[in-house]
Amino acid sequence: MTASNNPASGGYQTDSPRFDRPLSPHLQVYRWQITMLTSILHRATGIVLSVGALLLTCWLVAVAIGGEHYARVAAIITHPAGQAFLFLWSIAFFYHFANGIRHLLWDAGWGFEIKRMYASGYTVFAFVVAATAITWWLAWDKIGGGA
Amino acid sequence: MQTPMKRVRGLGSAKSGTEHFWMQRLTALALIPLGLWFVYSIVTLAGADHDSVVAWMRHPVRATLLALFAATAFYHSKLGLQVVFEDYVHTGWLKFTALILNNFIHVLLGAAAVISVLRVAFGD
Repeated sequence: MTASNNPASGGYQTDSPRFDRPLSPHLQVYRWQITMLTSILHRATGIVLSVGALLLTCWLVAVAIGGEHYARVAAIITHPAGQAFLFLWSIAFFYHFANGIRHLLWDAGWGFEIKRMYASGYTVFAFVVAATAITWWLAWDKIGGGA
Repeated sequence: MQTPMKRVRGLGSAKSGTEHFWMQRLTALALIPLGLWFVYSIVTLAGADHDSVVAWMRHPVRATLLALFAATAFYHSKLGLQVVFEDYVHTGWLKFTALILNNFIHVLLGAAAVISVLRVAFGD
């Protein structure tokens, strides 16, 4: 039996020089940089938004049914934990929204230069902070104003 | 081998071609105005009681935008989570199960959302 058809090697030639080649560097090897951070955050915020979509359906179904069902979902949303989740959701939304536009611009061929990529990345973060702050200021102002 | 016909149809070996890629972009584009409108609406509804929410949702333009937002968002979410499962779940049967459940749950939640909006819009 030669090394090349040894089942323990999974059919690969373990004694081949192929195996001495460097492997593709993984996450922990890289220095953190904004291009990598924005990419990872795009996926992470997308997952948060999907979880939020579950809450959206719960809310819409509760509005349609009304009565106690609506009261129960409204209680979850207005609970501090619910408000904390909505806050997180709004950050995820504004991030995914702005960075998604950045992705669409890349798809259109704009902004691939390193300089523009960094500038658009920082713009996304600035947008998230401003949009989240304005949204919650308006929302709390509305509740505080006895709406 | 890429025949001219294959190139014209845009279908590769997966037979579905660039549909996933394209629909992800198309739904993303649609969600730019729909998403902004949705967040704006949620802010205006902050602290509103059930009657006000129902009255708000009964407006035909709002019901249309809300149903479109929900349907588009769930489609976009389905495509996005599908890629997450494809990237991180490597056990054959588990990946297959996750992808099927991903489809079912998104269709279920999306349908429930749209039907609820329509129920309120056409309600008594």
